[in-house]
This record gives sequence, C-alpha cells and structure tokens, in this order.
Amino acid sequence: MTTLYNILIFPGFLFAALIGMLASYIDRKVTARIHWRKGPPLLQPVYDFVKLMGKEIIVPAETSALAFLSAPFFGLSAVTVVSVIVWKGLIQPQGSFVGDLIVVVYLLTIPSIACIIGGFASNNPLASLGASREMKLILSYEMPFLLSILVPVIKSESIRIGDIVSYQLVNGAVLHSYAGVLAFISGVLCVQAKLSIAPFDIPEAEQEIIAGPAIEYSGLPLGIFKLTKWMMLFVVPSFLVAIFMPAVTVWGNLLRYAAILVIIILIKNTNPRVRIDQAVRFFWTWVSAIALLAVILALVGL
Amino acid sequence: MNKLILKALTKSINVYHAACSPCNNCDIEILDCLTPRYDLERFGMTLVGSIRHADAMLVTGVPNMKTAKRIKLVYEQMPKPAVVIAIGSCACGGNLFRNSYNFVKPLDEIIPVNAYVTGCPPKPEAMIMGVVKLIKALKAG
Repeated sequence: MTTLYNILIFPGFLFAALIGMLASYIDRKVTARIHWRKGPPLLQPVYDFVKLMGKEIIVPAETSALAFLSAPFFGLSAVTVVSVIVWKGLIQPQGSFVGDLIVVVYLLTIPSIACIIGGFASNNPLASLGASREMKLILSYEMPFLLSILVPVIKSESIRIGDIVSYQLVNGAVLHSYAGVLAFISGVLCVQAKLSIAPFDIPEAEQEIIAGPAIEYSGLPLGIFKLTKWMMLFVVPSFLVAIFMPAVTVWGNLLRYAAILVIIILIKNTNPRVRIDQAVRFFWTWVSAIALLAVILALVGL
Repeated sequence: MNKLILKALTKSINVYHAACSPCNNCDIEILDCLTPRYDLERFGMTLVGSIRHADAMLVTGVPNMKTAKRIKLVYEQMPKPAVVIAIGSCACGGNLFRNSYNFVKPLDEIIPVNAYVTGCPPKPEAMIMGVVKLIKALKAG
C-alpha cells in the first residue's frame, strides 16, 4: 500500500507532475518576462494537458502502432520511478537500497530512448532526423554526466543516494568543495542537454525540424510526451540537488531545486541553439575536461 | 467532461500557420500577434510547427491550382476538434485575384471555415478580435 502511495501520489507521479507543471509555467513566465511580454496564466500547463486528452489520436500509416503509441508511456513510467527514488532518498536517507544511484542513471536515459523509438516509429523524415540527433546528444552528454556524478560518490564513498545525502547532511554539501563546484557546473550543462532545452534543444529544434520526434504525435500520446518533459524538468534538477546540496526539510530541497531551475532558465534564454557537431565537440572537450578535473580534485581530496 | 475539454481547448489554442500562396503581408501580421506588444501567449495561444499539434489553422492567401488540394490535405491531417480561420481578404474571398486564371474557388468551398478576418492585411487587433469572437461562439455551442 505504501509503495503504491509512493509511486502514484507522493513523491511519485502526482507530486512530480504537479511540480513539473508549475516548473514549466515558471519557465514560460520567466521567458516571457525576459522578452518583455506578459506570459501565460498559472493554469496554462493544465489547460494544455486537458485539451490534448480530448483530441483525436492519429497514427501514421505504415508504422508499428504499438511502438508509436507505447513509447511515451515508457518515458513517463521511468520518470515516475526516478522521482520516487530521488525524493525517497532526500526525505528519509536510510530507506533507500544499495546501488539506486546507478538505477537512477539508467532510468534517466529511458525518456530519451522512448523519444528515439517514438521518433523512428513515426515514419516521418523530420522525426527520424530528430531521433538521430537525440541519439548523438545522448552519446555526447552521458560521459561528462557520469563523471560529474562520480564526484559525490568519491566524497561519500557510496553508491546509495541515501548515503550521499546523509553524508552531506553531516559533513556539509559537496558543492562547498572545489571539486563539487566544477562537477556541478558540468552537471548543470549536461542537465540542460538531458532536458533538451536551449542551447541544446537540437533534437526538437522548432525552427528547422519543427518538433523533432514529437512531430507526428497528437492527442493523448502528445500530452504524455509533454507531461514527461515537464516531469523531467522537475526530476533531473532535483537529482542534482540530492547529490550536490541536499537540505534537511522538503521545503529546503524545493528551494534549492528552484535555484537550479532559475539557472537553467537563464542559460536557456541567453544562448542560441548550437549545431549537433558543436554540441558533441563541446561536451567531449570542455565539459568532459571540467568533469575530469573535478574527479581528479575529488580523488586528491579538495 | 466535454465542457471541461472545451474550456481547456479555448484556453490553449495551438495555432498552425498554413500559408496558401499569400503575399506574406498577412504572415507578418500573424507573427506580430506574438510580439511583446500584443503577446497572444497570455491567452495560451502558441504557434506550432506541426499540423498534428494544432487546434486552429490560420489560412492566408488565395487557394490556387497548386495549393488548393494541399490545403485540403493539411486540413484532413489536423486532429479534430479543430477550427479554421481565414486571415486576410484573399483567404476570405479571393480579393483582387478573384478573376485570376489560376484561382480555383473560395477557401470556404474547399474546407470548412469557422471565422473570417478581413483586411489587406488585417491588423493584429482585428485578428485578436476574430479569435475572441470565435471562442465566444464555441463556448455558446
């Protein structure tokens, strides 16, 4: 019963969906204010989602309807499980299982893989292009992301999120060391690519390939796709909160999450989109170098 | 349930911009609606690139021999419930191209049109007024 409650309501699906919707509203509102516009009303993500529930679902001809329609649900379920594991680790650090950090890292790639499968199943050249760009983007950001996760692991000598959190609650946040700062910088850049928002929104570049993998989706599957994106906007930065700077209370964690969200929105609004080859080069040289330096510093003990 | 979805639909209209061989003036005015001065996003309207994501299709220009069947194809690909708005005098009735050699027939004889915004080009205020009237008509049933 508790497991079901954890997965469906708190800190699983409903909690992540609501905060994700709020985060998407904040994103749109702050973007609008930066453009000197007014921006959408508070309930806009809810309206968007409810509207998509009532729309017709179109499946492209000559495609696998099963792969096309089930891909968004895989992403959604993966994000839900990540939310449960990360927030369980933040709220009661003793309750998590050994190796949940690795499970989270694997689960966080599933939404991207669902995006790829859905894109290739769309039977549309632009969707295939978006899916192949998404694949290249995964290859580019995954290595620096793993390297920057390695820093808290070295500091706390554990691969349990609960241990990492309780280590930081006792000894101070990882972010308070040189290695932690460098790992956090590369981690934020990787999160930017993981959420595929500007300057790394290459897979769904609206002006060139329209919406990338989501181009053929309509109705409920599109709603699930959007919901997954909103939940990712909440879950991935809160994973950074857990491994770099956890707080004792839920409100403290949410405040720190909001701080990371503001950083992400500011990066989004001040940078133009890069090409995929530029992104791969950037991640494999600069970001990897920063993350590697952070790992070396962490091994030295700084 | 239907009422809820209708309310959500009128609060979050995703607009697809179907240029049916216009002179580009109407297109520029449509883009003006999204600029800080008019900012249609405060009503939840956004411009989308894919017809599958659209709730409203803005058609500009005269349907001619080449675009008439394509505009019909695009309309058929739009997930329903959805509306069509004819922007500009050309889309509404042909304007000065009415007697031209490649004019096929008025837009509303090719696809169902829910609202007409006349003008050459119509001002952004006129478009917003047209959309507001359409939303009121949709809510009334």
